[in-house]
Amino acid sequence: MKNREYMLGNAAIARGILEGGGKVITGYPGTPSSEIIGTLASMENRNFYVEWSVNEKVAMEVAVGAAMTGVRSVVTMKHVGVNVAADPLMTLAYMGVEGGMVILVADDPGCHSSQNEQDTRRYSEFSMVPCLDPSTPQEAKDMIPYAFSMSEKFKIPVIFRSTTRISHGKSDIILSDLPDTNPEPHFEKQVDRWVMIPKHACVRHPQLLDIQEKVASYLEKSPWNELEISSGSKIGIVASGIASVYAKEAIMKLGLDVSFMKIGTYPVPESMIREMLDNVDTVLVIEELEPIVEDRLKIIASNYSRDIIVKGKGPNFIPRDGELSVDICERAISTVCDIDSPEIKIHSMNKVMNLPDRPPVMCPGCSHRATYYAMKKAFGPDSIYPSDIGCYTLGVQSGTVDTTLCMGGSITVASGIYNSGEKRPICCSIGDSTFLHTGINGLLNATYNKSNITVTVLDNRTTAMTGHQPNPGMGKLATGEQTIEICFEDLCRSLGAEFVETVDPSDINTTIETFRSAKDFQGTSVVVAKQPCMILARRMGIRCSPYTINVELCTGCKACIKFGCPAIEFDEESKRARINSMCTGCSSCVQMCKFGAIVEVSE
Amino acid sequence: MSEKKTSKFDLIISGVGGQGTILASDIIGKAAVLSGYSVRAAETHGMAQRGGSVINHIRIGCDLGSLIPPGGADIMLALEPSEAIRYIEYLSPGGTVIMNTEPVYPVSVLSGKSKYPDISAILKELEDNFTVNSFDATGLARKAGHQQSMNVVMVGALSNYLPFESEVLVGCIKEMVPPRTLDINMEAFRLGKSQITDQ
Repeated sequence: MKNREYMLGNAAIARGILEGGGKVITGYPGTPSSEIIGTLASMENRNFYVEWSVNEKVAMEVAVGAAMTGVRSVVTMKHVGVNVAADPLMTLAYMGVEGGMVILVADDPGCHSSQNEQDTRRYSEFSMVPCLDPSTPQEAKDMIPYAFSMSEKFKIPVIFRSTTRISHGKSDIILSDLPDTNPEPHFEKQVDRWVMIPKHACVRHPQLLDIQEKVASYLEKSPWNELEISSGSKIGIVASGIASVYAKEAIMKLGLDVSFMKIGTYPVPESMIREMLDNVDTVLVIEELEPIVEDRLKIIASNYSRDIIVKGKGPNFIPRDGELSVDICERAISTVCDIDSPEIKIHSMNKVMNLPDRPPVMCPGCSHRATYYAMKKAFGPDSIYPSDIGCYTLGVQSGTVDTTLCMGGSITVASGIYNSGEKRPICCSIGDSTFLHTGINGLLNATYNKSNITVTVLDNRTTAMTGHQPNPGMGKLATGEQTIEICFEDLCRSLGAEFVETVDPSDINTTIETFRSAKDFQGTSVVVAKQPCMILARRMGIRCSPYTINVELCTGCKACIKFGCPAIEFDEESKRARINSMCTGCSSCVQMCKFGAIVEVSE
Repeated sequence: MSEKKTSKFDLIISGVGGQGTILASDIIGKAAVLSGYSVRAAETHGMAQRGGSVINHIRIGCDLGSLIPPGGADIMLALEPSEAIRYIEYLSPGGTVIMNTEPVYPVSVLSGKSKYPDISAILKELEDNFTVNSFDATGLARKAGHQQSMNVVMVGALSNYLPFESEVLVGCIKEMVPPRTLDINMEAFRLGKSQITDQ
C-alpha cells in the first residue's frame, strides 16, 4: 500500500500535472479550480513555472506560448473563465500546439459557488478540441499525463473537465513516479502555423476537421470508456464522468443486471456505443447538465438504423440542471426498467422545525461591510448599485448590490444604466482582483465615454473569496516571491479618471464624506476603499482588542445591530446590544453608536 | 429486492463555516486510509469560510461516488444543533446523531429577524426518530483549553463508532493540528471520547 495518499481532488490533479511533466502552469482563481495552482505554487524545489495570471484569457495565451516551444503546459480556470478565454481557444484549435497542452476547467453543476452552471463539454464540441471527463479523483490524476501525450500526438490541446465533486472530493490516491527529464524549449518559426492570417486559417480549419476522426478512434481505445454487456437484459445504461459512479451505485443498490457503459471522452466512443446498441432495445443516458452524450447517441442510433428507445433528459428521468445523485439515478433507472422505485425512508425535519436560513455572510470585521455602510449613507437607498463577483457580492443583504452579471461587469453595467438616461445616482463596486481581471477595460470605457458614475474599488489586498490568492495589487507572486505592486490610484488616473480618492473604510465619517464628494463630481469618479481582508490580517498575526457594550450607556436603539456584523447580537431580555466572541476589534460599530456605549474590552 | 450495501460506513458532518468541519473530516478520512480503507469524501469549500451552513460527506470502505444518498448515512456528526436538523434527511432510519448542543446563531437571528428553535425541541425531534448522543462540545473544548478545539472533541466522541482503531485517529490529529495546540487537542479528543464511553 505504498504511495497511497488521502488527497483533495485538486491536489491529485496537481500531482497528475507533475507526473505528466508539466512545465508552465497558469490560471486565474475560481471555485472549484483554485487549489490546483495553489498546491503547485506552495511546493518547494520546483522544476516548473507556475503563475496566477490576471485573467483566464491572459492565462491561456501564456500557456499557449509555452506550448509553442515544445514544453508541456496547463491552464486552469472555472467554467465561466472559459468564456473569457474563448477567443484564444477557438483559434488555438486551428493553430494547435507542439508541447502537450491541457486546458483544465472545473464545472460547478448545482451552482455551489458560481453565477451559472454552463457545461464545458459544449466548448469541446464548439472548438473541436477533445475533452476528458473523469469519474473519480484517481482517474482525474491519471488522465493528465495521458492528456499531455495525446495532445502532442495530435498537436491539439486537450480540455480536461473537472466538476465540484472531483475537484473538492477527497479520496485515497495511488501515486505514480515523476519523470526524470523534461524536453528543452525551442520555439521554431512556422509562419503558416503560428500566424493565423486568413490565408493560413483557411488551411488550418480543414486540417482540424480532418483529425477529428483520428482523435475519436484514438480515444475509443483509451482506458476512460468502459462497456459491460449483460446477456440477460435488453436495457442499457450509459453514464458519463462523475454521473457514472452515481449510476453504478444505483444499479448495485437496485440489484439489477443491465448493460452498462461509462463514457469519459469526447468525441464519444462510437463503435462501443454501436456494440451497446446491438445488445439492447432501450437506453437510458445519465449525464450532468447538457444532453451531449444523449444527442450523439441518438444520431449514432439513427445513422446505424437501430430502432432504439433513448431516454435521458426529461421529467421523470434526468434533469438538465443541478447536480445528479444516486437517488435521482435510482428513480430514473427504476422507471426505465419498469420496476417500483424503492421507497427511500427520508426523514426531513427542516420545515417542521422552521429553521432560520444560514446564508454565507461577510465575516466579522470585514472592511466591505464598513465601505457599503458609508456608501449607502452618502448615496441613499434610492441610488443604483451595480456590483461584481467576490466576497462583496454578499452585500446583497445590505442593499448595495443591485446587479451582478459576470467578472468585471459592474462598471460597464453602471455605464449602461447611466447611458439609458436613468437620472438616479449610480455607484458601482468591484474588488481589487476583479478590477485587475476585467474591470480596467470597463473604467477606460466609462471615462472615455463620459459616464457620470462612481466606481468603488474594494481593495482588501487579496483575492479573498477563492482562498486568498495573490494579485498584482499585493506585490506578491503565486509562489510568495516579492514583485512590483500595482498602484490603483495611478492606474485609475492613467485610465482617464479625474477624481480618484483612497479611503480607509474603518474611518467611517471620512469615507462617507469622500463618497459624497465622489457623488457630486461630474464625470467618472473613483473611490479606492483600502483595508486588508480580516482573515488575512489575522493570519499575519494582526490582532486588535475586541469591543464590548457598556450596558449603562446602551439605549437599545439597534443602530449597531443594523450594521449586520455577526459579532453584534441583540439581547431580547435586557433589550440591549451585546458583542460576542467573534469581535475582531475593527471598531466600525463604535462610530455608529451615538451614546458611546461600545467600548474596548479592558484587560 | 434487497438493498445492496455500497459502502461500509457512511458519515455526514454538518456545521457552520469556521467551525473546523474540513479538518474534522480530514482527520477521519486520513485515518481511514491509513487503516487500509478506500475513502470517498465531499466537502464544502469557498463559502465555508463565510459563516454559511456546511455539510461534508465521508464514505469509508467505498470506491464509488463521494455523495451519500439521502437516508443512507450511518452516523451524523453535527457540530451545531440547527445544522443537525437541516441535513437530517441524509441519516438512515435508526441511525445515530452525535450533536454539539451549543448553537451558533445566524445573522438573521442575531438581528432579531428570525427565531432560533429551542434546543430542547431539536433534541426531542431527533430523539423521537434516532439514537442521539448530545453534549456541550464547545464547553468541553473550552475546558480542554480553547473553544476552537470543539471539532476535535466531536471527533473524539465519534471515535467510539468508527470501524478502525482510535490510535490511528490520534496519530493523525498529532500530525494535522498546529503544533502549539497539540496538548489542547489531545485533551479535547480525550474529553470527547469519554463522553460516549462513560455513559
